[in-house]
Amino acid sequence: MTNWIDIGALEDIPTRGARVVKTALGCVAIFRTGEDEVYALEDRCPHKGGPLSEGIVHGASVTCPLHNWVFSLDTGLAQGADEGSVPTYPARVEQGRILLDAARLERRSAA
Amino acid sequence: MTKQKLVVIGAGMASGRALEQLFDADPDGWDVTLFNAEPRGNYNRIMLSPVLSGEKEFPEIVTHDDAWYEEHGVTCRFGEKITKIDRDAKTVTGESGAPLAYDKLLVATGSNPFIIPLPGHDLDGVIAYRDLEDTNTMIDAAAIPGSKAVVIGGGLLGLEAAAGLKLRGMDVTVVHLMGHLMERQLDEAAGYLLRKALVDRDINVMCSANSKEIKGEDGKVKALLLEDGTELPCDILVMAVGIRPNTALGQEAGLATGRGIHVDHHMVTSDEDILAVGECVEHNGAVFGLVAPLYDQAKVVAQTLLGEKAHFVPKEVSTKLKVTGCDLFSAGDFADGDDREDIVFRDPARGVYKRLILKENKIIGAVMYGDTADSSWFFGLMKDEEDISEMRETLIFGPAYQGGDPLDPMAAVAALPADAEICGCNGVSKGDIVAAIEGGATDLAAVRATTKASGSCGTCTGLVEQVLGVTLGDAFVIPAAQSICGCTEHSHEDVRRLIKSQELKSQAAVWQELGWKSKDGCHVCRPAVNYYLLADWPIQYQDDPQSRFINERKHANIQKDGTFSVVPRMFGGMTTPDELRAIADAADKYDVPTVHVTGGQRIDLLGVKGEDLPAIWADLNKAGLVSGHAYSKGLRTVKTCVGTNHCRFGTQDSTGLGIKLEQKLWGAWSPHKFKLAVSGCPRNCAEATCKDLGVVCVDSGYQVGVGGAAGMDLRETDLLAQVPTEQEAIDVTVAFYQLYREHAKYLDRPYKWIAKVGLDWVKERVIDDLDNRKALIERFELSQTVYQKDPWAEHAEERAETYQPLADLVPQAAE
Repeated sequence: MTNWIDIGALEDIPTRGARVVKTALGCVAIFRTGEDEVYALEDRCPHKGGPLSEGIVHGASVTCPLHNWVFSLDTGLAQGADEGSVPTYPARVEQGRILLDAARLERRSAA
Repeated sequence: MTKQKLVVIGAGMASGRALEQLFDADPDGWDVTLFNAEPRGNYNRIMLSPVLSGEKEFPEIVTHDDAWYEEHGVTCRFGEKITKIDRDAKTVTGESGAPLAYDKLLVATGSNPFIIPLPGHDLDGVIAYRDLEDTNTMIDAAAIPGSKAVVIGGGLLGLEAAAGLKLRGMDVTVVHLMGHLMERQLDEAAGYLLRKALVDRDINVMCSANSKEIKGEDGKVKALLLEDGTELPCDILVMAVGIRPNTALGQEAGLATGRGIHVDHHMVTSDEDILAVGECVEHNGAVFGLVAPLYDQAKVVAQTLLGEKAHFVPKEVSTKLKVTGCDLFSAGDFADGDDREDIVFRDPARGVYKRLILKENKIIGAVMYGDTADSSWFFGLMKDEEDISEMRETLIFGPAYQGGDPLDPMAAVAALPADAEICGCNGVSKGDIVAAIEGGATDLAAVRATTKASGSCGTCTGLVEQVLGVTLGDAFVIPAAQSICGCTEHSHEDVRRLIKSQELKSQAAVWQELGWKSKDGCHVCRPAVNYYLLADWPIQYQDDPQSRFINERKHANIQKDGTFSVVPRMFGGMTTPDELRAIADAADKYDVPTVHVTGGQRIDLLGVKGEDLPAIWADLNKAGLVSGHAYSKGLRTVKTCVGTNHCRFGTQDSTGLGIKLEQKLWGAWSPHKFKLAVSGCPRNCAEATCKDLGVVCVDSGYQVGVGGAAGMDLRETDLLAQVPTEQEAIDVTVAFYQLYREHAKYLDRPYKWIAKVGLDWVKERVIDDLDNRKALIERFELSQTVYQKDPWAEHAEERAETYQPLADLVPQAAE
């Protein structure tokens, strides 16, 4: 079951930037790339808990602001020599609005 | 022992090298006077092309500086032409001055560019491409927007000129008489690929084109008219059609000359006390234009002067083009012939073409375009006349494919024999380099210093590094060409220069024009490029917050738990009870867990939540407090002591000066953080002598020191200047800061930058040249009209929303 909910407009996120969505289980970072693709990832670096939403977005990757780990926005996997991964969530854009799958976000606790 | 008198006419690459060899072998035996018609000493003429294109600056290509001449006691008479050689009296006479006696004379008058005597060849704007003056004329012409250039001559020099002018933004047409470019070095196929590469860069190339007349207006060049009636409008016309040995002086003196000044195997002319070297000589019927044989001649000159019996033997030479991105190599004979066979490899998709010309199972010629990695291996086989029949089937794939372990990137270099030539300019073999490495030269700079490998045109730098890698194994990490990051092969210095010279004013322009390999950079290059653009084009470029590290994007320092610290500015370390009350109230209101007094004389509120930032800033703004930029690569603080206001030792109003400096400088961005201090007397209570810039007040004025450090490195400042007035202290400070902002590599503190450019270089621009000081201050003030604003006020008013979550799903989850 999916439950797409509207969390805001694409323009609310700067190009090559991110904003967070608060949930009961912590923040989810919503990224917008230079190509206007949107990705949703847990806002927590597996290394030392850095807020990925504050990182520099380049290509379809983000660099953690604390120690420069780089993650693929698509797969959530750490790039290069570092090892680790960040949970990713379905997100899409329809008519300029960003949609997240709330059902999937809620299921996080069970997972 | 009295020194022998050596007079040298001409300070080019050959004579410079001859003097070096001479002094190496016999440091004290010679009293040398060096004349040069150009108003400067020896420089690396073949590197004028990177100067033209903006990839290098002139000082980088100087091979011998004033210190070198002084160290070796060389009397320099630059800018003075020799008008007469009197062989009977053994004297030379310059334009100014009495006849000067010599024991030995070295003629190194080089060559003159050939100017085709077309109608109009003497018009203003018609130039050759030979020296720094020509280069500067081209740079000036290119500075005019929309200007056009025509280059006659599609050989090495002409194409380097064309590519350089194009990089400078000119509209360029190359007119070449022959059917394909560089016909002396390339065959038609490689010429085609080269032409395609140039056309891709928007350079207009016309082959088989015959020039008829140069048209002018008011004595200035206007257009080139071709035989077929085509008219090419131009503001500058560069003739690069060849050089002729400059024999005039030798001829007048009655030396035997032909095409050049005749020399024997020892480089001695028809007069036993006169030697000649370089492009002005003719040896065994041949004249010389490339640098490698010139250096061999220089060595022989030095040995002959020392009384040793040395012989000059001309060697095979190879050619490389110094146009960034056009890789080509050519050596030997590549004309077709019945007794010759070709091995050809093409990869159209990559634009690669390789051709080997064989005769009797030996390589006699090689032409390569697009991939020249194996060129020195082929060149070695050719020079050694090696029989290649055994490896003929795989020969064209290079040394990595000859018997086993393919695909190791180092294999090609490892497979080279010891006598394979690595540096063509200086004739340095792999064996020479390996010997230098084994003798303790374990990095590029040391190898360059001991062997000169990669010291001239620099195209073999990568190969030298590979030899280091092969010889030292894991002990040597090949530097990633010191590029900024994986997105580009350019270094910080190159990118800074190219942003200025090509007038790149957006990140997209930098990525495109400089060939970024990634789509939109990465976390390493984006902050650097963003800074370079805003520093060079403060009005035209729009700062990009998304290319900034979080601290500068949110105007607060991120802490390890994701909270932020807030540091209001206290100008000159001064505060008031009202400000302190506002800070205390804010700390209470926003549950700030930690309040800390910083080393820069202000107060740090640590542990503020990201979403509270706009509100706490608005509260602090109400009390008149603004951002302290404690998070920026920019102006931080000016620390002061209380000076004459209170202290019985104070000599000047150090607090007042500190406040004025901070009011002038705050808000500015720089390559790294910039901290200042002002001490009221030499007791130095404000610790001014370990700051990026520190002022120590004395009775007679202000001592301004720069380049201190008290971080990972500990370093005392060097005195930049002592000035009598407060206003001058402020001016010198602002000018120094702007010079640093304009030139330093991103993330270099001033002390690191000064170590690279030299304090004298800084002094010339900030202290000695008052016009330049003024211009620096004006540029800084222009930048401040954009950047001196309180980001806290701006963000609290206009962007507070962006500090909040985009959405809050907590209520839904709780349902």
